[in-house]
Amino acid sequence: MTVVHEESATGAEVPIRRIRVMVNGETKTAEVEPRLLLVHLLRRGLGLTGTHMGCDTTNCGACTVLVNGRPVKSCTMLAVQADGAEVQTVEGLSTPSELHPLQEGFKEEHGLQCGFCTPGMLMSAKALLEENPDPSEDEIRWALSGNLCRCTGYQNIVKAVQWAGRKMRGEQA
Amino acid sequence: MYPPRFAYEAPRSLDQAQALLAEYGDEAKVLAGGQSLVPLLKLRFAAPALLVDLNTVPDLEYHRTGSDGALHVGALCRHADLERSTLLGNFPVVASAAPLVADPVVRHRGTLVGSICHADPQGDWSAVLLALDASVVVVGPDGRRTVPMTEFVLGPFSPALRPGEIAVEAVIPPPRHQPAGAYFKLERRVGDFATAGAAVAVETDQGRITRAGIALTGVGTLGQRATAAEEAIVGRELTEQTIAEAAELAAESANPQTDHRGSADYKRHVVRTFVSRALRRVLPTPAGKAA
Repeated sequence: MTVVHEESATGAEVPIRRIRVMVNGETKTAEVEPRLLLVHLLRRGLGLTGTHMGCDTTNCGACTVLVNGRPVKSCTMLAVQADGAEVQTVEGLSTPSELHPLQEGFKEEHGLQCGFCTPGMLMSAKALLEENPDPSEDEIRWALSGNLCRCTGYQNIVKAVQWAGRKMRGEQA
Repeated sequence: MYPPRFAYEAPRSLDQAQALLAEYGDEAKVLAGGQSLVPLLKLRFAAPALLVDLNTVPDLEYHRTGSDGALHVGALCRHADLERSTLLGNFPVVASAAPLVADPVVRHRGTLVGSICHADPQGDWSAVLLALDASVVVVGPDGRRTVPMTEFVLGPFSPALRPGEIAVEAVIPPPRHQPAGAYFKLERRVGDFATAGAAVAVETDQGRITRAGIALTGVGTLGQRATAAEEAIVGRELTEQTIAEAAELAAESANPQTDHRGSADYKRHVVRTFVSRALRRVLPTPAGKAA
C-alpha cells in the first residue's frame, strides 16, 4: 500500500481515498488525497520517476502517460480518477533484455539531446503507432504537437518514430 | 502546483451526482475532462469544497445522430472522439473544429460539453455551437430543460446553469439543406488559445444560401454571432462580391482587444480573411478543377 498524503496544517480532517490502479501491468493500491495529481502518485508514491514533470500547466506534455491506452497529461488528471484504470508509463516500455522499438528508434536516430521531453514523446508516439502503424511525417508531427522539445528541433524525433514504425511493421528498420 | 484540498465523489448515476450537488450547493463543482478545471484548481482560481466527477457515470461518452438527424454529444464525449468520428458528414463545421481544439493529448481527455460549461470566451466550441444554432440539455432540481446556445453563456466563465444543474448533452440540429462551412482558428502554436477564430456554417439549396450562421472566437468578451454578415448572404447566391461584403460585416462586428496575441486591427483582419476563406470554399468549383 502506497500512502501519499500529508497532515493538515490547521488540523482539519484530510479526505483520503483508497484507489487501485494497474500500473505497467501490476496492480497497485494507494491511499491518496483527492487533490493528488496522477504525476505525483507515479513519481512520489510509486517511485516511477521516468514520467517527468515539466511545465505543470498542461502545455509541455513531458508528463504524458497512457491511461486505458489514451495519452493523457498526468499533471492534469487527479490520481483518484485513475482508480480502476490501466496506466502505462515509460518504465513499462522495455523489458529487462530488450528496448521497445521506439526507444531503439530514439537511440538510432538521435531523437533526444537533454532527454527531458523523451518519456512524454515516447508515450504519445506509442499511442500513435498503436492507432496508426504507418503514419506519414505530417501525421507524426500532428500527433506529437502536444509534446514540446526545446533541443532537437523535432527532426530526429520524427525520424525516430518512423524508424520504430518500420521495425514494428516488420520492415527493415 | 497543488490544488487546494477538496472532497471528491465519483457518483455512479446522474441521480447520485444531482443529490451531491443538491447537498453542497455552490460549494460543489462538476468535473468532466478536467482540462480547464484542474489547471484552475492548481492556480487556485477555483476552490470548491467538493468535486463531483462525472467520469464514473455510465453512458455519457456517446455522440450519435438521432432519428431526426440531429447530432447529440454526451457530457463525456472527448474532443478526440469527435476528431475521429465518422458521423459528422452533415456537420462539417464540427468536423473541422475538433482537430483544432487544444493539442492532441488534451483532446483525449477534454470534452465538448465541459468546454462550453467552462465558458471561456476564447474557447472554440462556443463559436461552433452558436453558428449551428445548437442547444444544451441540462438536468437539475427542476427536471430537464433545453437551453439554446445563444442563452447558455451569460458572460466570461459564466454558464447559465442554475444551482444543482448538470449539462448532460449538446444538441446540434440537422441541416435542412446541403450543409457546408468550416471553423478556422489562428493560434501562435498548437495548444494556444485562438488569436482569432471564425465558425462559418451555411446551408445551400440550388446555389442559394438558405441558412447562415457565423460566429467568432476570441474577438469579444462573449462568443457572438455576426448577424449582419449572415443577413448579407441568406437568400442570395454566393459571389466574390457577396463574400467580400459578408467578410467585411463580420470584421466590423468583431470587438477585439489589442494584447500579446495581436492588435485589434490585426484580429479584425483575421476575421475578415477567415470568413471570406470559409465562404469561398462553398462556391461551386469550376468543372474539372479541384477545390
